[in-house]
Amino acid sequence: MTTTTTTATAPPTRPVVSRPQERPFGLIRHSLALGRRSLIKTLRTPEQLLDVTLQPIIFTLVYVYLLGGAVSGSTQDYVQFLLPAILVQTVLFGGMATGVNLNTDIGKGVFDRFRSLPIGRSAPLIGSVLGDLIRYVVATVSLLTTGFVLGFRVQTGFLSALLACVLTIVFAFCLSWIFVLVGMLVREPGGVQGIAFLVLFPLTFGTSMITPKETLPGWLQTWVEVNPVSHAMEASRALMVGGSAGTHIAWSLGFSVLVLAVFAPLAVRAYRRRT
Amino acid sequence: MTFAFEAEGLVKRFGKTTALDGIDLAGRQGSVLGVLGPNGAGKTTAVRILATLLRPDAGRATVGGLDVVRQAGKVRRLIGLTGQYASVDEDLTGTENLVLIGQLLDLRRTDARARAKELLNDFGLAEAADRPAKTYSGGMRRRLDLAASLVGRPDVIYLDEPTTGLDPVKRDDVWTIIRSLVGDGVTVLLTTQYLEEADALADDISVIDHGKVIANGSPAELKRVVGGQTVLARPADPARLDDAAAVLAAVAGRPADSPTRGVVAVPVSGDAAFTEIVRRLADAGIAVTELSLRLPSLDEVFFTLTGRHTTEEAA
Repeated sequence: MTTTTTTATAPPTRPVVSRPQERPFGLIRHSLALGRRSLIKTLRTPEQLLDVTLQPIIFTLVYVYLLGGAVSGSTQDYVQFLLPAILVQTVLFGGMATGVNLNTDIGKGVFDRFRSLPIGRSAPLIGSVLGDLIRYVVATVSLLTTGFVLGFRVQTGFLSALLACVLTIVFAFCLSWIFVLVGMLVREPGGVQGIAFLVLFPLTFGTSMITPKETLPGWLQTWVEVNPVSHAMEASRALMVGGSAGTHIAWSLGFSVLVLAVFAPLAVRAYRRRT
Repeated sequence: MTFAFEAEGLVKRFGKTTALDGIDLAGRQGSVLGVLGPNGAGKTTAVRILATLLRPDAGRATVGGLDVVRQAGKVRRLIGLTGQYASVDEDLTGTENLVLIGQLLDLRRTDARARAKELLNDFGLAEAADRPAKTYSGGMRRRLDLAASLVGRPDVIYLDEPTTGLDPVKRDDVWTIIRSLVGDGVTVLLTTQYLEEADALADDISVIDHGKVIANGSPAELKRVVGGQTVLARPADPARLDDAAAVLAAVAGRPADSPTRGVVAVPVSGDAAFTEIVRRLADAGIAVTELSLRLPSLDEVFFTLTGRHTTEEAA
């Protein structure tokens, strides 16, 4: 912007910092600054991380001890089968809170201030989603620790396992835009949670996560084959305990990009319309 | 005359409710425009349109000659907003709040820190700088809120009921801050429910009701219309309320009103009337437990301008 202000009446003392000038890469800088805000808020109220810490422990214990014997013959073998897949469920569930928190946050006065600032309309949403990456990291660490205690061992290598975690987090990051959109459209935080669960259940349970695909009825096998979450889970399995990962990685990344491209603009549009 | 901001014929509807019904507002460069009105009159809606938060259904508004709808991005560089509800982040410290705003305004991090420090000092918050805002008192929070709207050295500042809910001492603090802003050449739009506040701070006042401007002018002009000051009397013996009302009405030359039970009030046009009322009440032998001379309340302004009380209006 080249407009110069000619109206300024000179203040008595020279200001420490003058009127800010527009700088390039605004959206990235603003989103990061707002992401930092969201991160500070989470770290200052650590009980917000309780769900992503405990939920993976509980789910893993329930599945391993209830289904381990029936599905794999032993809990030891089952944990090798379950853990890489349940990683995807764990991290996806962690993303629901982004929609719920944004729904609460947006009603507060501070969002009025954000709206009155010369920043991209998407920046507050991107910031929230970025700040919530901490939730995915905590969920991943909690799950892998639980798995390790129960006897899970990575069969491939450190880098391969790390790639599985990163891929899962990218997947969840992109899918969380669905929850952001829901958070923008629904009035009450409780409603956001309910709808998010409805979306997540067929996606995470219509998979080969807890039982091998071959044991499922035909129609369900068909769903499992097209369900992108299955592919994310199979990719994670291949990268952690061995197998060919290529197709599954391509499927889940492709779907991630698609979801991001569709839902992020819709979420921003819903945010602009919400007053 | 140059206006720092101007609104012409703004209309805004929410469903079947008409919040703004063709409102005109203009703030002269370096002055305070007071927008006076009861709850639900459309004050906040008008501010939100001028602050680019809402699009009007009809009419247009400009800030520094820039259209608030078509050039919203540029307008946002010229304005500062302090909403009716504290628009600071409770979990963040005073410093973090202001640094964040600075960064969102494209200040470099070191500049944002320097500006935050400067403002926290100016607003007497230096000691509380590193505490989360939720530990602040109501007055401190309001000061942080004001500081946040000044980070970008705006030309125009919108203050939506900045003293609502503050006790008189803290209210005076905020008034002092607002006066110093104008001293720096900033144009202020202040919404309020108190004539006293508009009278103390504003250069021009627009009274609005049901989304329309019903009176416009300087505080002096407006007070002339609504009768300037009001004399209020509470007879010791409630049975003599009517006698007291008759005395007040006789001196003021207009009927007295009873704003609350046991009290009669009448607008008067000069200090002499007060002395006259005191003398006549004494002559008539009416003892009073309360006798005061004050500016009319918003309710009385409305009664004079519209013939009805603010509380009679459907919200």
